[in-house]
Order: sequence, then C-alpha cells, then structure tokens
Amino acid sequence: MNIIVVGLSHKTAAVETRERVAFSPNNIEKPLSELIGLEGIVEGVIVSTCNRVEIYATTRDIAGGIARIKRFMADYHHLPFEALEPHLYSYHAEAAIRHVFRVASSLDSMVVGEPQILGQIKTSYGYAAEFKSSGIILNRFLHKAFSVAKRVRTETKIASSAVSVAFAAVELAKKILGDLSDKTVMLIGAGEMCELAAKHFLNSGAKGVMVTNRTFERAEKLAEEFGGEAVRFEELLEHLHHADIVLSSTGAPHHIIGPKDVKEVLKRRRFKPIFFIDIAVPRDIDPKVDQVENAYLFTVDNLQEIIQANLAQRSLEAEKAEQIISQEIGQFHKWLSTLEVTPAIVALRNRFDEIRRAELDKTITGWKDLPPDAEKRLEALTLAMMNKLLHAPTSVLKQAGQGGRVDLYVDALRQLFELEALQRDDEELELEE
Amino acid sequence: MTHLFFILTVALYGCATAAYLACLVRTSPWLTRWAARILAAGFTAHLLSTIHLANKMKYLPLTNMQESLSFFSLATVAAFIFFERRYKVTTLGSFIAPVALMMLIASSSLHAEVRQLHPILQSNWFWFHALLAFASYACFTIAAGVAIMYLTQNYFLKTKHFGALFQKLPSLETMDEISYRCLTVGFPLLTVAIISGSIWSEQAMGSYWVWDRKQTWSLIIWLIYAALLHGRLTIGWRGKRAAILSILGFIVVLFTFFAMEHSISW
Repeated sequence: MNIIVVGLSHKTAAVETRERVAFSPNNIEKPLSELIGLEGIVEGVIVSTCNRVEIYATTRDIAGGIARIKRFMADYHHLPFEALEPHLYSYHAEAAIRHVFRVASSLDSMVVGEPQILGQIKTSYGYAAEFKSSGIILNRFLHKAFSVAKRVRTETKIASSAVSVAFAAVELAKKILGDLSDKTVMLIGAGEMCELAAKHFLNSGAKGVMVTNRTFERAEKLAEEFGGEAVRFEELLEHLHHADIVLSSTGAPHHIIGPKDVKEVLKRRRFKPIFFIDIAVPRDIDPKVDQVENAYLFTVDNLQEIIQANLAQRSLEAEKAEQIISQEIGQFHKWLSTLEVTPAIVALRNRFDEIRRAELDKTITGWKDLPPDAEKRLEALTLAMMNKLLHAPTSVLKQAGQGGRVDLYVDALRQLFELEALQRDDEELELEE
Repeated sequence: MTHLFFILTVALYGCATAAYLACLVRTSPWLTRWAARILAAGFTAHLLSTIHLANKMKYLPLTNMQESLSFFSLATVAAFIFFERRYKVTTLGSFIAPVALMMLIASSSLHAEVRQLHPILQSNWFWFHALLAFASYACFTIAAGVAIMYLTQNYFLKTKHFGALFQKLPSLETMDEISYRCLTVGFPLLTVAIISGSIWSEQAMGSYWVWDRKQTWSLIIWLIYAALLHGRLTIGWRGKRAAILSILGFIVVLFTFFAMEHSISW
C-alpha cells in the first residue's frame, strides 16, 4: 500500500485558484465519500485551509491514484482540468511522508513556524475519521505527523521565533495607521487565524475589539473573551465605521463587504483610513475595495512579502526541524513497509512450520526405541534448519519492503509456496503495532 | 567671512544630502544620526552666514532672488529639523536636504551686488511680510515633501510592493499628520504675510491691493491652501487627495516665487 499526496498550496497557486478548489468544512462528507469511491483509492483525508488544499490517500496504484485524484479535484469543483493541473503537485512513498510531516510541522507554511496549520490538519483528520474515509494507514500516518510536529515545536525554536501571519498583519497595519493605541479592531467570523490576529492587535495596544458572527452567541462569547463588544451580523455595516482594522474570515460563499459599502463607511468616518485583512477563502471582501481611496485591503498572500524579510533568521531552526523529520520518516517508513511484508513473512513461516511439524510427528510416531532426549533434539534441529533456510528470504523481503517493490515479491512468494491469499485485516495489523 | 560660511554651508548640505540619500538604501542608526548632525551643522553655518550678511548690510537679506533663495533654503531646513525631531521621520530628509542644497547652489550662482537699499523697502511692514512669507513657504515645502512620500507609500500599499523603501517610509497616518501640521502653521503665516504685505503696499504705493501679479498669485496660493484646510476640517479630505492638492499648492508657490515679480521694482 502506498501513501500519495496531491494538492496545491500558496507556493504553487494564487488565492484566486486556491479559493476555487477549497472544500467547505460544512459539506466535507460528500467529497470524502466521492474520494474513497474512486477506483484504487482505499483511504482519503482532505485538508483544506486558506493556504493549501491537499488530499492524502492510500492506493496500490500510485500513478493511477494520483491521476484520478487530480481529475477528481478539477471535476468536483467544475474546473477545467488543464487549468488546474499546472498548480497541482503530487508525492508518493517517502516524499509524500516527508511532505505531510513538513506541512504539519509548519515548515511548508507561508510563515514558517506558524502554529495554526497543525490544528487545521487535526480538524481535517477529524472529519475523515468521523466519516470513516481514513483507515489504518492514514490514521497511523497522521497521528505520527502530529507527534512529529509536536517534537519539532518543542525541540526547535521555530515556533517561538516565528513571525505569524497575525504578526505580519500588525506590522502592516502600523504602516498605515501609525500608532494603534486609539484604533479599534473589528473581527468578522471566527477563524483561528483571525482570533490570533485580534490578540496580536490587542497586545500591540489596540483600543478595543468588536466581534460579529452569524451566530450572535458565538460573537458574544468571543467578545467576552476579548473584553470587546458583540455586534449582530445584520448590523455589521452600521458599525463598520467605528473600526480602523477589519479582520474577516467567515465561511460565506460570497463577498460580504463591497466597494460601495466601504465608500459609505469612509464617508461616515470622515475618510480616516481603514485597514482590511481578508483571511477567508473564498474571500469575504470584494477585491475592488482596495481601489477605494483610504481603504487598504490585504489578503493572506499579500502578507507573505512582509514575512519574507524574517526568513533568513529562521532558516537555522528550520534545518534542525528537517533533521528531526528525516529521522521520523525513517521510522514511519519502516512501519509502513513491514505492513506489507510482515503478513507475507508470517504466512511463509507458518507454511514452513506446518510442514516441519507434520514431518516431525511422522518421524517420532514411527520410532520404537526413542532415546529420552531425542524428541527435544529433533525439534531443535528442525527448527534451526527452518530458521536458517528462512533467514535469507526474510531479510530480502524486508529490504524489498523498504525499496517499495513489495507487491512483486509477495505475489511470487504466494505462488511459489502456495500460500493462502494474504489477509490484511485490521486485527492482525493492530497486533503487529 | 560671509563667503566662508556660505561655502561651509554648501559643503555640509552636500554631505547631509549624500547621507540622507544613503539612508534610503541602508538601514543604520549610525548613518541616520550623522545625517541629522551634519544637516544641523550646515544649518548653523547657514544661519551664521545669514546673520553675518544681515549685520554687514544692515538689513535682512531678503531683497533679491539670490538672498531670497538662500533664505528660503534656510527656512526649509529649519522647518525640517523641527519636524524630524518631533516625528522621527528620517526619510523626509532624503527629500528635503537635496531641495535645500539645490536652492542654495542656485542662489550662489546668481549675481550678487552690494548696493544701497531702496527707500520703499525701508518699512518694517516689508520685513515682517517677507519673513512670514518665507516661513509659510517653508511649511508648504515640507508639506509637499511629505505629500510626495505619502503618494509613494500609498502606491506601494495599493500595488502591494513591500520593498526596502516601503520599510523606510513612515506610516501614512504620520505623514498625513505632518502635512496637516504644516498646513495649520503655514496657512496662518501666509494669511498674516499677505495682510502685512498689503499694508506695506499701501505705504509704498498708496493702495492696499493693486492686483499686480505677485499679489494675485499670492491670493491664488492662499485660496488653494484655504480650500485644502477647509476640505479637511469639514468633509475630512485627507490622504491622496490632500497630498495631490498640497503638491499643486507648492508648484504654484514655486511659480509665484520664481516667475512673478512685484509690479514695483527696486
């Protein structure tokens, strides 16, 4: 069985493309079931954040599986395959494992070390587990990824030295609004990133927070947490002119703030500038808002350039993290390969042992004056012979497993020694673990 | 002696200009500090040179283009030093220092002659008028410099270019505030300058307002800045619009200063 990864990220696609292939968490069951319904795809997890959309799957047929998932991503969103294909990357075997470990450890993030991505993958995995699209391999794989991420975070300074998207947003706001101490933040929706950004703004001295959410109770709860004021979602535009900084991340399928609204709001606040950050994918704020004088709109992509300035500092810590990941890949890959090989070895061994016992029994039952310790000696002798004979094929098989040519050997073995079809049921594997 | 001070001033302004321009490409607190110090030294030399000249001629050196340009430059540097101390805007120096240097060089290239002061200039109203006019011009120069910076930064923000210059430039809010300060200081100065000028006009020509080119254009400048200030206070004009108008006002100031002569000559 092979792990494959297909997806796109901020490195390969702009937000315009990413928002078109994003999977809404409210409706994740449908794509998950379609995904594992694809030919040759056994397990699947869909990770969809504003910076990346990735599918992790297991399959026997690497090339076919990757091709089908690519096609699925285009078809599901009704996009022309040719337009989407150049943005997609795919990995298999060790590269796939490395990729997911790196993503979970936030090494592949727009802001290396930002902590949100781990939570996002955990949530995505939660959906897959809930709808049973992930199985034994992906379960183990993602749990491993989480523990690797944790190790990276505790053993390197990557997270502590990291400048998050939230931090970059604060820096940018200061370039427009100057001193933040008399500025008010408006939080629309309740994304983790937004809440983090709001906290950063408050830590940087922002005066107050207003929170709005489609569910007013949630807004109230968050407002209480920040010591701010909750605003009804329907009344958002009436309150918007009090805000100097607007952070938006709702799951709305359409723009919730347009250029006309902003013009109106600016008039009411006597053209004091407003700083918008749109973290939502698909976007909440019409890109045309940026063309309005004294309104400044930034997407997550825009923050990247500010972030780049600090990249050099973190490269050393990132190197350490890469080393940790390499170690962990070795371990996980070993497990994954034995997953294939072990049942074959067990079956082969059982077959040999069966023959040995049968022959041993035959010999002993027909032996009249058997010396007292002969049975023991014969047992030891046959066992030693069997182990010697099996030693070479076993180690070759294990190596083959790590080289990724398992299926070929297992198949040959089965035919040569007339082994029963190798069952890979979960119980057996759980024992193996 | 005056000449020596003058040469020293040009040299120091030259060094300060180089240092401020270097500040645009290099981030160094050391460089920033020295740029400010050199400019301050240049300003001191400039001031001494002006005082020395005034002392020698027994009048303020504001009576011809050569003297006026030098004085314009002096006033601008003074205003800049004030705003830099107040708002910590090093980058403004990269715009103002070259302008001050150019005005000074232009001034030195003009013909200087020692001559008797014309009788119509022997009025306190004239000195008062000229002094205030230059103070207001200096404010408008700073406002225009800040406006150019504002438009540049605004351009970076709108096009999402976050290069080195973006990092250097102050926040939009700070620039807007400086520009507003310049206006609130410069505009009353200009108003009083025009009033005192018309009183002097009455003394020299027997009429408060003669509609000569200088007076007419001064009125246009006054109207532009009045409109800007009014728009700001009532509708809340700020940002890009205010910056453009501020630059426009400054162009008219320069035009009036260089091209429009008083109908009376001396």
